[in-house]
Amino acid sequence: MLVGYSNVSSKAKIKGLEKIDRLFNTYANSSFGMIDPEGIEALCSDLGVDYTDVRILMLAWKLKAEKQGYFTQDEWQTGLKALGVDSLSKLKKALSDLEKEVEKPSNYEDFYTYAFRYCLTEEKQKSVDIESICELLNLVLGVQFRPQIDSLIEYLKVQNDYKVINSDQWINFLRFCKEISFPDLENYDAIQAWPLILDNYVEWMREKHS
Amino acid sequence: MENKAIGLDKGWDYMQKGITKLKRILEGLPEPPFTSEEYMMLYTTIYNMCTQKPPHDHSQQLYDKYREAFEEYISSTVLPSLREKHDEFMLRELAKRWANHKVMVRWLSRFFHYLDRYFIARRSLPTLNEVGLTCFRDLVYQEVHAKVKDAVITLIDRALLKNVLDIFVEIGMGKMDRYEDDFEADMLQDTGAYYSRKASSWIEEDSCPDYMLKAMSHYLHSSSETKLSEKVQNELLVAYANRLLEKEHSGCRPLLRDDKVEDLSRMYRLYCKIPRGLDPVANIFKPHITAEGTALVQQAEDATSNQASSATGVQEQVLIRRTIELHDKYMAYVTDCFQNHTLFHKALKEAFEVFCNKTVTGNSSAELLATFCDNILKKGGSEKLSDEVIEETLEKVVKLLAYISDKDLFAEFYRKKLARRLLFDRSANDDHKRSILTKLKQQCGGQFTSKMEGMVTDLTLARENQANYEDYLRSNSAAHPGIDLTVTVLTTGFWPSYKSFDLNLPAEMVKCVEVFRGFYETKTKHRKLTWIYSLGTCHINGKFEQKIIELIVLTYQAAVLLLFNASDRLSYSEIMAHLNLTHDDLLRLLHSLSCAKYKILSKEPNTKTISHGDYFEFNSKFTDKLRRIKVWEILPLSFREFSPCTFISWNLVYLLLRFQNSDPKFVFREQLILCKTNIGNCRNCFLEDIFYLNFVNSPSKVPLPPVDERKKVVEDVDKDRRYAIDAALVRIMKSRKVLGHQQLVSECVEQLSRMFKPDIKAIKKRMEDLITRDYLERDKENQNMFRYLA
Repeated sequence: MLVGYSNVSSKAKIKGLEKIDRLFNTYANSSFGMIDPEGIEALCSDLGVDYTDVRILMLAWKLKAEKQGYFTQDEWQTGLKALGVDSLSKLKKALSDLEKEVEKPSNYEDFYTYAFRYCLTEEKQKSVDIESICELLNLVLGVQFRPQIDSLIEYLKVQNDYKVINSDQWINFLRFCKEISFPDLENYDAIQAWPLILDNYVEWMREKHS
Repeated sequence: MENKAIGLDKGWDYMQKGITKLKRILEGLPEPPFTSEEYMMLYTTIYNMCTQKPPHDHSQQLYDKYREAFEEYISSTVLPSLREKHDEFMLRELAKRWANHKVMVRWLSRFFHYLDRYFIARRSLPTLNEVGLTCFRDLVYQEVHAKVKDAVITLIDRALLKNVLDIFVEIGMGKMDRYEDDFEADMLQDTGAYYSRKASSWIEEDSCPDYMLKAMSHYLHSSSETKLSEKVQNELLVAYANRLLEKEHSGCRPLLRDDKVEDLSRMYRLYCKIPRGLDPVANIFKPHITAEGTALVQQAEDATSNQASSATGVQEQVLIRRTIELHDKYMAYVTDCFQNHTLFHKALKEAFEVFCNKTVTGNSSAELLATFCDNILKKGGSEKLSDEVIEETLEKVVKLLAYISDKDLFAEFYRKKLARRLLFDRSANDDHKRSILTKLKQQCGGQFTSKMEGMVTDLTLARENQANYEDYLRSNSAAHPGIDLTVTVLTTGFWPSYKSFDLNLPAEMVKCVEVFRGFYETKTKHRKLTWIYSLGTCHINGKFEQKIIELIVLTYQAAVLLLFNASDRLSYSEIMAHLNLTHDDLLRLLHSLSCAKYKILSKEPNTKTISHGDYFEFNSKFTDKLRRIKVWEILPLSFREFSPCTFISWNLVYLLLRFQNSDPKFVFREQLILCKTNIGNCRNCFLEDIFYLNFVNSPSKVPLPPVDERKKVVEDVDKDRRYAIDAALVRIMKSRKVLGHQQLVSECVEQLSRMFKPDIKAIKKRMEDLITRDYLERDKENQNMFRYLA
């Protein structure tokens, strides 16, 4: 009886896994053995979300995907299992849950940091170019901190001091949005350990509004 | 002596007569003084009455009557007289009455003295003296003391007051409580009010010095003095401190302005007793100096913009001089008037730091200061001063340097100028060079002066080297190029980088170079000699039609001229091809030889500027009244960037030509060529030294880039600073491991403060860079903390 039971469960497991794998194969590029950007695009359209939707990024986070634009089989399996889905429709539903999960304070910072890392496409790459950063900021923080992000993006595009942003600066953007009152920026103190780029941003803002 | 006992009444009658007589004397009525007989009788009467056997022993009664005598007198005479008077008159009366009373007590107690000896002693009663005083106290003092106090306070006439106050003290019979309780407490409070009123009227009327003089006098009993002083001080000085100091025509500022040293000293003495009293004074002192300093800077600015450019540098030098004078003046104030108080030293320092760091006409103060030193030290500089004066001035300059935050900038400018002086100004005084370096070292540390010291040492070593070379030639006469060379081997790291590149030398020079190279290789195997001709000078004999004139020219100029030994006429492009120079350099060279003061070459067409199509010929018609002319000024040509090789040599080459050839138009007399040696590691940044060919008559025609030099120095210093900040940050973090942001920044600033004042932004930027390079990381929990990554 027990054996039968476990057989069932493991069978079910295997079956579940099979479904996941099948889903994987739908989108995977057979020559690479992983889902490539094209595959992801296809997945997106099937899920009914835009390729650039933040939820895909969240999915990548959940999958702990290493390389931007690619999902390996392992990542796919682990991720979908963690989500508890094995079909497209389930995945679709799970996406909205995923949003809530990410927004939990305990996860959010992790997701945020992940988002930056996800952009480091080259080996040994430490920083991301301004353009991409602006897009990423918009994607990741735009909803929650619309005015700050809009203003910050404007500045980043205008300034000349920095062509790339590193992870330290990235993480401080989030801190900035969370801690500094906007738009007065009253409690910002340049003497503290804020990255120089934010010091410059605040200066720029203050000049604009004076 | 009668044996009969004296009755009390009878005895007292007799005494009463004596008492009355005494009273009359006290009242100033005509009365002859007591004779000794009378005194004796009075005394004896008491004696007898006391020694009689009971019941005739009247001691007790006499004792009481003694007291009554006083009471009666006081009530009938003294009190009325006091009551009818007021204020000052009352005080005077009181003083008089008290004096009288004391006399009365003295006399009466003498008369009644026997009582003291036995009766009083036996019964431990108050002595006659005490009784006397007590009467006065109980009757007079009790009644009048309040009035007296008020009167005292309103009047404060010192002498009278002292008398009156003594009453208070003596009434206390040795203890001060009468004085303190009855008088002092109220007095202190009222004095406060009193002085407050006085002060407010003084402040209106008096000038600050007068006010201070009044404040210095003290009025009251010495024990009150400290407490009172405080109160007085408080009312007079503290409350009005700011007003007093700010007084328009006589306050602190005008005192400073008019150099009223006495008054300032007094001000210091007064205020230094009050806690924090000196702060407001220092707070006026500092802005005053700052204002004066800034005015000097502004003056220099205005003067330069008004004058023609030919006077550049003069105003700046004047500014430095004046700044030094200003410093001397106010330092004297600090030491003399303000007794070397740290507060004032600090004020002076901060004031100077403000305006000493202002730029004047685009030049940083660091540069101005370096130029100033250069002028003093160089031969033919704008100052012809005695050694002592030079030493003194240099001393002061180094003091000013302390106030400048960009000390490293000063070092760079100074180094470049020093190099120039060392190489071209051989006759200048060595002692001064060394002494200023010592002073700079004391002020700013060894790192500051190491390169410069290296430069000075190089020249000494070079002389030795030269001696060796000459020995070498003597022992290898076959190798002699026919030209004597003087070589100075310099170490690259110390000297500013001098550019040069391969000029096609005349054959004569080539031979010299070869010979020297041969010698040098016998000495050291590991150094490469790279010859830099940019700083060479030559003495050439020009055989002109009228006479032979010795021309002192640059090596490059010599190279051009020697071409004309072979050809009569050369085009611009031919010269270019021969010599392999850049257009810029060639333009300058040809200009100096054909369009400037000395037209050694004649140019076709005979225009004022050089163009690529020109032709040049030896100008045989050239002549000058002098037999020897300098066709270059002390600052040679500008060249392009010199990229560092592993080993480069600097050599100063001095040639003496004994050249026997066909009849050349130009004959070498002497030649100076410079090369440079580098031992060890090359620094990543070199200073570019740009030299100028100063044309005697036409400075504007040839493009000279003075601004570039400054810009380059600033750029190089910035680069050095970046490394310095990096190094400091790493050093600090390595030892501390974990440190808060603010602390890291402030420690970094402190470490670097000897050389320059780092910009906070620059530090932040370097920190970011170090984070990217994985030297540091930000703490995960605390955003303001940083951690060292090994």
